[in-house]
Amino acid sequence: MADNPKDIAIKPGDFEPLDQQAGPDNERIAAPSLTFGQDVWRRLKSNKTAFTSFIILVLMFLVAFGGQAVYHHDPNAQQPKYANLPPKIKGVDLYGFNGHLKQSGKDVDAYAAAGAGKDVHYVLGTDYLGRDLLARIMYGTRISLEIALIATLIDLTIGVGFGIISGWKGGRVDLFMQRVIEILSSIPQLVVMVLMATAFTKTGMASIIAAIAITGWTTMARLTRAQTLQLKNQDFILAARTLGESAPKIAWKHLLPNLSSVIIIQTMFTIPSAIFFEAFLSYIGIGISSPQASLGTLISDGQKNFQFLPYQMWYPAIVLIVLMLAFNLLGDGMRDAFDPKSKR
Amino acid sequence: MRKYLLKRIFYLFLTLFIVATATFFLMKLMPGTPLQNEAKLTPSERAAILAQYGLDKPVWLQYFIYIGGIFKGSLGLSFQFSDQAVSYLIGSRMGPSMQLGGQALVVGIIFGIILGAIGAIRKDTWADRLATILSILGIAVPSFVLAILLQYYLGLKTGWFPVAGWEGFAYTILPTLALAASPLAETARFIRTDMVDVLSSDYIELARAKGLSKFGIVYHHALRNSLIPMVTLIGPLAAALMTGSMVVENIFSVPGIGEQFVKSILVNDYPTIMGVTIFYSALLCLLLLLTDIVYGIIDPRIRLSGNGD
Repeated sequence: MADNPKDIAIKPGDFEPLDQQAGPDNERIAAPSLTFGQDVWRRLKSNKTAFTSFIILVLMFLVAFGGQAVYHHDPNAQQPKYANLPPKIKGVDLYGFNGHLKQSGKDVDAYAAAGAGKDVHYVLGTDYLGRDLLARIMYGTRISLEIALIATLIDLTIGVGFGIISGWKGGRVDLFMQRVIEILSSIPQLVVMVLMATAFTKTGMASIIAAIAITGWTTMARLTRAQTLQLKNQDFILAARTLGESAPKIAWKHLLPNLSSVIIIQTMFTIPSAIFFEAFLSYIGIGISSPQASLGTLISDGQKNFQFLPYQMWYPAIVLIVLMLAFNLLGDGMRDAFDPKSKR
Repeated sequence: MRKYLLKRIFYLFLTLFIVATATFFLMKLMPGTPLQNEAKLTPSERAAILAQYGLDKPVWLQYFIYIGGIFKGSLGLSFQFSDQAVSYLIGSRMGPSMQLGGQALVVGIIFGIILGAIGAIRKDTWADRLATILSILGIAVPSFVLAILLQYYLGLKTGWFPVAGWEGFAYTILPTLALAASPLAETARFIRTDMVDVLSSDYIELARAKGLSKFGIVYHHALRNSLIPMVTLIGPLAAALMTGSMVVENIFSVPGIGEQFVKSILVNDYPTIMGVTIFYSALLCLLLLLTDIVYGIIDPRIRLSGNGD
């Protein structure tokens, strides 16, 4: 019987090893399984602009918060005899960084004119009271970044919490909470900022934080509510409820992970607007007040001398613009990365 | 529709009432009176001035008088200009602000649409990238920085435009540009995203298959459909213009509401701060309401209803 398998003569030499790369490997799962954090990181890295912005922001954080450990200059120390000195970097002979100024058409060594010794050099120059501009910009950037962190915190706690509760509870609670948001968001943010700044009698951060706490989180609450409404009727939530999971635990374990992309993207857009408002209020004189430095007050101070000492406004303005650009571009990149339509 | 409108108008008044109440009591908590040179005044002079502002009455009565006054269009007297009503102050400064805001909105929206459309049609080319960079810059560069730079480089240095003041159309150009940057950028981003979607939809394919010209497709089909959601941008843009006007009017010394607002804040002129606050809130609320109504009319897919959502 030729059909009997035993009769077929197969020798080991009849087989040849298969090129492993060539054929489809059915045993392997196509993509490695990634945690959420890994996924975010991978998507972020693939978007060049967003990744560059991210690196820039990390660097700015490091310089703003750790820079003083390396650059020992008090941002508030006044030295009137060294007032309005242009930038000077040791060993650099390039106009704009060599301590020279053009005064009525002539090139003047401002440091020599002020009687400063050879070892005196201010990397980004000094302001009208002889304060070190680089140290002040670092301090101002720190304020902006602190505002960014606080705005994020408020967005994540009040905004997300409000949205989840509103969406989860539904019914009358939802109706009431939605009306609250509707009312809060039809008050111009500017008006709230100004009122708080007046109410806190013009003392720095408190007013800005209060204003962000009142109006800064409404968009986040709306978005999380909409998402929660969609999610709460899905089967995995139903399963969790059937198993007797408590509502806070469902929110924490099941809702939040599914909301995280929406939350991250929205945070990226809340931050630049908070930074802008801080700079704006400080610029008109009702935010961070005078001896302290904020990018807004620095720009406002620099503006007065802009015609003759343009560096005093340019540098803080550039830092502010780079900060805003980086957060906006990072936000754009994140939105593209999380867009399910662009998922690869 | 009717029920919806009534409901919206009710919420509009509720919002304004809350704003007015909150503002009133916040301002009452503030130190400071309308009295200048307080030490020099005799008690009777003091009493007379306080009576002129109605500050001799108990706070709750002042509150009712203030809220009642709003319905009659009165917002109290300014502390800074001792005999001027706040409503008159706002009214007399509304012209320049409205003109600047209107011009900035028109310039911003028109150029924003052009920029956004170019970006969408020439997607992923250098033109798209340039348009994107411009619109991101428009969002990232704060209006006050842009205003100072425009004033210096186009006003002072080249002398092309007047540096500051309010004496004719030429004086409006630089402030308009400074204010228009943010609406322009927002519009461009919005239109680009929207048109990229629209351009990849089936009816555009059909139009192309029928052999319509590229311009015809963009103008008649893509742009018109992208413009409808633009209406929802008007509220946020108006809010951004209010914010911008405060610094831009100040930098170019335009006698507008924003400039007065900053002055009042700096000298603690509480009645004017309150008045402008309520005025801005009312303006934004009205615009948001109009936006929703207009949106419902021009987009047949939206049905306004009295329900919550």
